Amino acid sequence: MTTLIIAIIFPFIAAAIIPFLYKYVRRIHVGWFALVVSTGLFIYFSQFIPTIANGDVITITLNWIPSYGINITSYLDGLSLTFSLLISGVGALVILYSIYYLSSKESLGHFYTYLMLFMGAMLGVVTSDNMLVLYVFWELTSISSFLLIAFWYQRKRSRDGAKKSLLITVTGGIAMLVGFIMVGQMSGTWSIREVIGNVNLFNNHYLFIAAMILVLVGAFTKSAQFPFHIWLPDAMEAPTPVSAYLHSATMVKAGIYLVARFTPVFGGESIWFWAVTGVGLFTLFWGSFNAVRQTDLKALLAYSTISQLGMIMSMFGIGSAALNLGYSTESVAFTSASFAALFHLVNHSTFKGALFMVVGIVDHSVGTRDIRRLGGLITLMPVTFSIALIGSLSMAGLPPLNGFLSKEMFFMAVVNISEAEFFALETWGILLPIIAWVASVFTFVYSMILVIKTFLGPYQEEKLEHPAHEPKPGMLVSPIILALLVIGIFFFPNIIGKNLITPAMAGIFPNLAAEGAELSESIYAWHGFEPELFMTIGVVLFGLALFFTKRYWVGVYKLFPQKWSFNVFYSFMLDQVEEKSTGFTNAYMTQNLRDYLVYIYLFFIIAIGGILIYTEAYQFELPTNAAISNFELITALAMMSAAIAILFAKSRLTAILLNSILGFGVAIFFVLFRAPDLALTQTIVESVTTVLFLAAYYFLPEWKKEDTPKKTRGTNLVISICVGVVFTVIALMVQSGKTFESISKFFEDSYELAGGKNMVNAILGDFRALDTMLEVIVLLIAGLGVYIFIKLKNNNKEGEQYEDK
Amino acid sequence: MKINNVILRTVAKLVSFIILTLAVYLFLSGHHSPGGGFIGGLVLASAFVLLFIVYDIETIRTALPFDFKKVAAFGALLSVGTGFGALLFGEEFLSQTFDYFDLPFFGETELATVMLFEAGVALAVVGVVVTIILSISEDV
Repeated sequence: MTTLIIAIIFPFIAAAIIPFLYKYVRRIHVGWFALVVSTGLFIYFSQFIPTIANGDVITITLNWIPSYGINITSYLDGLSLTFSLLISGVGALVILYSIYYLSSKESLGHFYTYLMLFMGAMLGVVTSDNMLVLYVFWELTSISSFLLIAFWYQRKRSRDGAKKSLLITVTGGIAMLVGFIMVGQMSGTWSIREVIGNVNLFNNHYLFIAAMILVLVGAFTKSAQFPFHIWLPDAMEAPTPVSAYLHSATMVKAGIYLVARFTPVFGGESIWFWAVTGVGLFTLFWGSFNAVRQTDLKALLAYSTISQLGMIMSMFGIGSAALNLGYSTESVAFTSASFAALFHLVNHSTFKGALFMVVGIVDHSVGTRDIRRLGGLITLMPVTFSIALIGSLSMAGLPPLNGFLSKEMFFMAVVNISEAEFFALETWGILLPIIAWVASVFTFVYSMILVIKTFLGPYQEEKLEHPAHEPKPGMLVSPIILALLVIGIFFFPNIIGKNLITPAMAGIFPNLAAEGAELSESIYAWHGFEPELFMTIGVVLFGLALFFTKRYWVGVYKLFPQKWSFNVFYSFMLDQVEEKSTGFTNAYMTQNLRDYLVYIYLFFIIAIGGILIYTEAYQFELPTNAAISNFELITALAMMSAAIAILFAKSRLTAILLNSILGFGVAIFFVLFRAPDLALTQTIVESVTTVLFLAAYYFLPEWKKEDTPKKTRGTNLVISICVGVVFTVIALMVQSGKTFESISKFFEDSYELAGGKNMVNAILGDFRALDTMLEVIVLLIAGLGVYIFIKLKNNNKEGEQYEDK
Repeated sequence: MKINNVILRTVAKLVSFIILTLAVYLFLSGHHSPGGGFIGGLVLASAFVLLFIVYDIETIRTALPFDFKKVAAFGALLSVGTGFGALLFGEEFLSQTFDYFDLPFFGETELATVMLFEAGVALAVVGVVVTIILSISEDV
């Protein structure tokens, strides 16, 4: 069953191959290759549907760092499978669409590489059982989405949008990592399944609430929940296929996945319930309220996504209440909210994906997305109009479209929970259906705006960049498939309900499922004259009224002062950080090497010397293990005299050569102490640096004897003596202090364990290869750093032309 | 300023080959005697540095048409990649193995996967050292 691991690695392999394909196979659009990869993955994951629907789960473990319990465990249950199918399926449709959307003049190699990286990272997030592995993939989604949002990096707005999303989501990711570490410490395992199994042992731990909040911060930042939602509208600077993929179907849903996955751990606590439900409901309201006033179609969809994500989030919050009550008929009733959440998750991916693609088509066709300039496209783009109508009506929650079903279930859930008698719902519960209903009215209004302002009304050709026309047929295939799904799911909702959502429910409520609770629901379009139906009718009536009277009340937005928005706060913080850090850096970067050395040495003396004194580790006995030979004595004396002579050197060349005496002296000591490896390395490093020195020598400025004031000289003298003392003490202390058993015995087995007679190399390559690997990476970064600093200085003038004015 | 350095050039030609041979020897012998990826790479880099100093950069650029940044990146990738390679065999990340093979011409030889890892280290060292020296020397 290792095919599952290969499937998750597959997009990464594709990402590595695509640049070469792009370079050498010019006749075929490289997107087709990516399409094959994602379609293949979709088919691969589809074959698990029957197995998973049977209630089986698939687990595969690869050892990564077993000594810390960190292993790459792929875990495929209903929840993972639902997300995997969305990721690969919507991914395939988006790629098909993008083949026609992006012109071949764009750097497509980069585009599909990033997209494949992103797809692999998302699959990794939803299938990882190990929390730390999940975190690694999680941050990889942040990074790859950063690259995708900044795809048109020549534009300042793209760069800013990408930076904003990266800053916010990575900050959340780090908070989540801290939360994961707390959970790991409390439960003693990194495996989510084991954490869920042990949750009763540690849910009274004093860190439990802190861990919950930190994990939630990660989920909320990724899913663009209030007040972290501000990055999502700016991320719309990305090419439209990216928006359709990242911001409707995948990345933003990683946060939702996290909440669903951790519901069995944290759910049932009132803080979790109120945080998830409250933040979700408020985001639902705030997103839909703000979407109404947008004039850019993509911005409208961005706010609409924010609000829909809030809705899904709040439903998971409501569903988690079931865990508080244990197994009873009443508690199982609340789980239907989670069922609705999963169902809406799938529905949202279909209709929002289609709508994003429609907006992309409109943008492509007429060159603008501004609804003040659009209108009357219905006769010119009838197919696009039909797709937009289906998507929008589904978003508004009207029959016969899938959005209606999940919206009804949502209303049912909020009405149900408002009557519950725990978590202070007796007092505040009534607010839930009210907020949900008001937000749905706004949802209806902006859905109407999307269709009516774009496709109806007068056609104003003079305001458009190109005359409107239907796009190439290939561009319509993906949105048509999604639109057909929107209708198809309405008529046959239980196919998804039985095969995907019911097993996913077992993943969210494993304990309830184990007790035999009925977590499955049958979805009906018609379920009698229940409150939710009247709520929907109310939404339509009020929505229509609000839509036609929009110009009278649109001034409401002006009541909310712009300067208090979180966007302003974000820019203010960013400016402040930049300003303060520039000021601080300028204050200590004096462009004088001597000052920098003083900082380094002062830090060294205070940190190391301080620790030595604090821990009383400065005591030592003079070692007496071996007599000092004459040869060693002479070398030491030579080195000492060279060191002293540097102080009095008259020319730079003398100083360089004297300095290399020190280096070669150390090498001689290595030879004397029978460390040929170190001696060899030291000699070569010393030669290369001396050569480097001498190569640069010719170009160095005149050697000037600096006239430093007496006071500075005194300070320097004190510092240098302190450094010398600290170093000497360390060297002596290392000899005598034996706090731990020496580990050198272990390495004596190097020939048996690693097949190497050279113990040093066996340590470097076999026993402690991780250190060596990281050193290589450090070396690489240092080299690139030097290269970039020097090139940047030379290219600064050329670089300016890329900046937008 | 052009100085006549025929002797230097002639010697450098010869010496650089000796250094290159030494580098390869050091790299291959690393498992049992002093040497290994880091030193091998450093010696290799010093051979290149010698050539860069004796001849001008342009000449060597045409003789050695590598992008040393890419060499460094490839080396790091190789080192990390061998780590992941172990995962495919169900082993721990970065674990190495070795065995003895009866090869024609060489007789019984020990082959260790650590060689690949060390090759990555060596390439990274060569790439980084030469990149730094080239970019500094081009700067002035």
